[in-house]
Amino acid sequence: MNPVSYVRAADAGAAVAMGAAAGTRYLGGGTNLVDLMRENVEAPSSLVDVCGLSAAIEDTPEGGLLIGGAARNSALAGHPAVRARFPLLSRAILAGASGQIRNMATVGGNILQRTRCTYFYDDAARCNKRAPGAGCDAIDGFNRIHAILGASSACVATHPSDMCVALAALDAEVMLSGPEGERRLPFEAVHRLPDGQPDRDTTLLPGELITAVRLPPLAAARRSAYRKVRDRASYAFALVSLAAAVELDAAGRLAEVRLALGGVAHKPWRARAAEAVLRGQVPDEIRLKEAAAAELAQASPLRDNGFKLVMVERLIVAVLSDLVAGNAGAAA
Amino acid sequence: MPILVNDRPVFVPDDARVSLLDLLRDRLELFGTKKGCNQGACGACTVLLDGERVLSCLTLAAQCEGRAVVTVEGLAADGALHPLQQAFIDHDGFQCGYCTPGQICSAIGMAAEAARGMPSVVTADLEATDILLDRDELRERMSGNLCRCGAHNGIIDAIGEVFRGPESAGGAPR
Ligand SMILES: Cc1cc2nc3c(=O)[nH]c(=O)nc-3n(C[C@H](O)[C@H](O)[C@H](O)COP(=O)(O)OP(=O)(O)OC[C@H]3O[C@@H](n4cnc5c(N)ncnc54)[C@H](O)[C@@H]3O)c2cc1C
Ligand code: FES
Ligand code: FES
Repeated sequence: MNPVSYVRAADAGAAVAMGAAAGTRYLGGGTNLVDLMRENVEAPSSLVDVCGLSAAIEDTPEGGLLIGGAARNSALAGHPAVRARFPLLSRAILAGASGQIRNMATVGGNILQRTRCTYFYDDAARCNKRAPGAGCDAIDGFNRIHAILGASSACVATHPSDMCVALAALDAEVMLSGPEGERRLPFEAVHRLPDGQPDRDTTLLPGELITAVRLPPLAAARRSAYRKVRDRASYAFALVSLAAAVELDAAGRLAEVRLALGGVAHKPWRARAAEAVLRGQVPDEIRLKEAAAAELAQASPLRDNGFKLVMVERLIVAVLSDLVAGNAGAAA
Repeated sequence: MPILVNDRPVFVPDDARVSLLDLLRDRLELFGTKKGCNQGACGACTVLLDGERVLSCLTLAAQCEGRAVVTVEGLAADGALHPLQQAFIDHDGFQCGYCTPGQICSAIGMAAEAARGMPSVVTADLEATDILLDRDELRERMSGNLCRCGAHNGIIDAIGEVFRGPESAGGAPR
């Protein structure tokens, strides 16, 4: 690990004043950044600890929630308002990592965590995300965990977060503060597809700090679920996951439907094509399969990950059938 | 401001790269806390930071300034084992013992989480505030602590006995 300086930011203004300098990184719980520093994937020269900034979780006047960027993942998952009004968010967070890591990880850090692509982690492998222009050893390598949607010839990595899949389904907004001032971004505009620049995970500008995440109210979120398919029952990243929320009308049609997929792309994948097939329809099995097919129309599996297409279809059918039947699934 | 380690004030190292785990083991010679993977994947380095279970391998010592750390060495009061330490002995909750300090610190943090109503991913009713720590709950909540020796059944028995009463122990295939 390279030598690094450490300072605690007293407030967001102080953090941003320091964060703009070259080689400076914000430090949340450190569960991703410290690991990557040790692996020589990241080499900041200074760390600005932002864990002391707002961790509040508050109701907004519209009936949504405002979540401080420094809120711990466990605090968010366990918050009574999240459990009652946004259960898919609680479940997504609880499906990730371990109790210890969730106690350390912050909301800002979770959003900006980097891919778990094994070639990205191995500094002896070629990786365009770690070293632009080096090439990608994953495309023709062991790519069982890699992307099936939105990848490019430069990068097939996936975004590993569970929490972010729920935030994508919920139309969250991310509040930013940076050297150029404050702005807010729709959650779907935070992460980007790799195209020719996979070293850029997000659209954040240099030195921008995540100060908060805003959840708009969503009635459908009360009938919602998160289901995660992985290689072991706990403490493993998703192969494929699905966040879903539905609202039915009196005739059993989907008045509202929100779907987002994890483990399939360089960003949390809002499944808008599937939603469009389902909105206003009775979600029987045929319709659900049609929705999955619409979402997967542009999918291009790699050598080892074609099974993810089957999993996406099965997840959409199973989770939505359960939600419609009134079984908000505890199953992860 | 110092770090309080098992109630003893300790100075924060000058080098910001030093992890809490390396501070404990290499500089304070508190060898109870173990280094299994040094990358967050095994739980052997679990300690309590302001009462919450965390991984000391991914925590920088500098992040602990002004906070209180409790390691496995800080659990026994006046030479008397913590009830969970005794339960691990009674239920064969270990073989080589390498994962044990992390398992014990993790279980103590886990029980406090459950007591304040924190759900887990297997909790059927997310809004329930009374968490019954049955075997499924304990297995899920303790999944961040691996045991290479496979002593998991004894570990779950020991934790169940202390935090849920004796009727919970046993019942699982050995
Ligand atoms: C063994 C293991 C298993 C895991 N399993 C899962 C899993 O199953 N599912 C899952 O979703 N995750 C999993 N994780 C990942 C974990 O969720 C992330 O490491 C964590 O959420 C990152 O949060 P942090 O606060 O520790 O971030 P840090 O490591 O502190 O920071 C991560 C990045 O975010 C930046 N950053 C932090 N805060 C801010 C801010 N406020 N504004 C701007 N930039 C910021 C940092 O500069 C850094 O680039 C796992 C991690 C480990 C080690
Ligand atoms: S040594 Fe910390 S998790 Fe393995
Ligand atoms: S007792 Fe040997 S690793 Fe758990």
